Amino acid sequence: MSEVAIQVENVSKQYQLGTIGSGTLYRDLQSWWARFRAQEDPNTKVGQSDVAKLGGEKQQFWALRDVSFDIKQGEIVGIIGRNGAGKSTLLKILSKITGPTSGKIKIQGRVASLLEVGTGFHPELTGRENVYLNGTILGMRKYEIDHKFDEIVEFAEIAQFIDTPVKRYSSGMYVRLAFAVAAHLDPEILVIDEVLAVGDAQFQKKCLGKLSEVSKGGKTVLFVSHNMQAVQNLCTKGMLLESGRLSMVGNVRDVVTRYNSYIYQDELSVENCSRTGGSGGIKLRNVVFVDQLSNKINEIFSDSPARLRIEADVGENYRNKMITIGVGVDTIEGTRLFTCLSPTNELAIRTCDGALQVTCYFNNLPFVPGKYLVSAAIIDSGDTLDMAEHCCSFQIIRQGDFYQPNDPTHGSLDIPCRFTADC
Amino acid sequence: MLRSGKEQWTSVIEPNSGWFDVNLQEIWRYRDLIKMFVKRDFIAFYKQTILGPLWFLIQPLFTTIVFTIVFGQIAKLPTGGVPPILFYLSGIVVWSYFASCVTKTADTFVANAGIFGKVYFPRMVMPISIVITNILSFGIQLFLFLTILIIFWVRGLDVNPTIWILAIPILLLQMACLGLGCGIIVSSLTTKYRDLSLLVGFGVQLWMYATPVVYPSSMVTGPLSWLLIMNPMTAIVELFRYGFLGGQLIPLWYWGVSLGMTFFLLFTGVVLFNKVEKNFMDTV
Repeated sequence: MSEVAIQVENVSKQYQLGTIGSGTLYRDLQSWWARFRAQEDPNTKVGQSDVAKLGGEKQQFWALRDVSFDIKQGEIVGIIGRNGAGKSTLLKILSKITGPTSGKIKIQGRVASLLEVGTGFHPELTGRENVYLNGTILGMRKYEIDHKFDEIVEFAEIAQFIDTPVKRYSSGMYVRLAFAVAAHLDPEILVIDEVLAVGDAQFQKKCLGKLSEVSKGGKTVLFVSHNMQAVQNLCTKGMLLESGRLSMVGNVRDVVTRYNSYIYQDELSVENCSRTGGSGGIKLRNVVFVDQLSNKINEIFSDSPARLRIEADVGENYRNKMITIGVGVDTIEGTRLFTCLSPTNELAIRTCDGALQVTCYFNNLPFVPGKYLVSAAIIDSGDTLDMAEHCCSFQIIRQGDFYQPNDPTHGSLDIPCRFTADC
Repeated sequence: MLRSGKEQWTSVIEPNSGWFDVNLQEIWRYRDLIKMFVKRDFIAFYKQTILGPLWFLIQPLFTTIVFTIVFGQIAKLPTGGVPPILFYLSGIVVWSYFASCVTKTADTFVANAGIFGKVYFPRMVMPISIVITNILSFGIQLFLFLTILIIFWVRGLDVNPTIWILAIPILLLQMACLGLGCGIIVSSLTTKYRDLSLLVGFGVQLWMYATPVVYPSSMVTGPLSWLLIMNPMTAIVELFRYGFLGGQLIPLWYWGVSLGMTFFLLFTGVVLFNKVEKNFMDTV
């Protein structure tokens, strides 16, 4: 089991920034002409400096920088890192979608990569035909699919629709079928990007189950996810990427802890969190916990009331409108603890002119001590106007007993309870 | 940890491949995928259009009528003693196979960026499957041509099929290779320079006039005939015609030149394609 399945040696990947297309033919000719006259190339070539400056503008960007590691057979490795840290680039290079700029990767065994479910599905074809098409695209031979066909259909739970064109499928059926094909690939090395975020909860559970089954069968698995819970549950080894460099390899628990401390070291705010918003008619400005005197606070006692203040700027077209405000609280691993929505009936929040300030009162936040993350959203009849994910954090502290250790296996909730014994 | 030199790796990923390391074995391993793509394109085509395969017939038929009127009646170009309709139709059937091979493989990378960006398989599978899919429409058009040929023959017109009819499969294979070669040359270059894809449709159209589709090659003399000889499609069209309709056989060394050109273009295409396929996702 100690044989090396993947050996990555000093892999770097450079991307050209800016528009590629107009002007490049001209620039290629320019470079060629300069070289022809034995002058310095005005467009610095790949691999000479970290960020080549051309007209004061960044033109090149290293998505990966000197990444080296070994993965042994049978290891399940979770690759984590912030957006843009190079996770997807690494997976793309490992699955041969794009080549590295320098370095070398040696692979022992057949690789199947799953960067998307349902690649190549054709809406006009039936479920059966798509299973074969998708399977062969993923690298299976026809006889292998013949062999596993019934199993795939059973896993997807769509036996009665298998001869219907997939364009008539519901999106759930579509995704289930697509994942079922992928789940029955039988490679020695499986490379998976965040594809588990599909289907309903029950199906997700089934997928995770299948994945851990696969990994127990001695397969090597590389798994990229933002769901730290899933990474911790599935993986044995963790790899942390920070702006293109491999900053830590080791036990998955340690790596996740390091990641969490690293990602949340900066104070979170609406400005530096990830925002998703449609029309943007109302924009979140500030989300903070405050005390009775409206001072910003970070620490909250688990048994005391708390108030979360949400401030937003209201666009002209959105004045005097009924809106819904949603607040969600996650653990630092990314597990949602609860979500609450403001009323949608006649008690709904009405926007006023200019600025909107809403306070959300909690009787208590019964969580075990630790750091928690708040996400907020403004919704207008089902349409998300603005959503700020992890825009605020708070620390839960417990009154009284500072000595009780916090066991992560005991869960996140701190529900007051009392024991009596009658005997 | 094993670090000895005798390790056997299934695959090694390196930045730059050599110019010639085309992995034919790998393409062979993905032959089921080629079959699936052909099947997909065929089924999708049938299901999406009402007239379905009829389109394959309408196009050559109408083009033939127009050519017969314009080049036969108005311009009065000779057809080498062959009935004009059969003359033009034979040229169009052959040419349209080649033309659709080139134009459809030419946008391989751009059209399939979605799939190519998510999963690896030998990229060459795509153009190969396109060339094969086109054989189906060629077959339908050939059937139309044969039907009309038989009608003429029954009516006692002067058509004399020759032994060269047996060379049709070879000619078809040569055309497939040629179409593939030209198509992948263009597709490799379009990953970087998009404007080339606009040139393809236009270029292929012009190329047709450099090929004896609307005139017999015997008509061309002087320095221009060299252009005709260097054009690999000349020999293919002429031999195809000679096989079914008789008439005048071209000097056979024309075909030799044509085969040489085909090999050269296919080889160039494969080398370029191979060079581009690794990193094209970064530029598309």
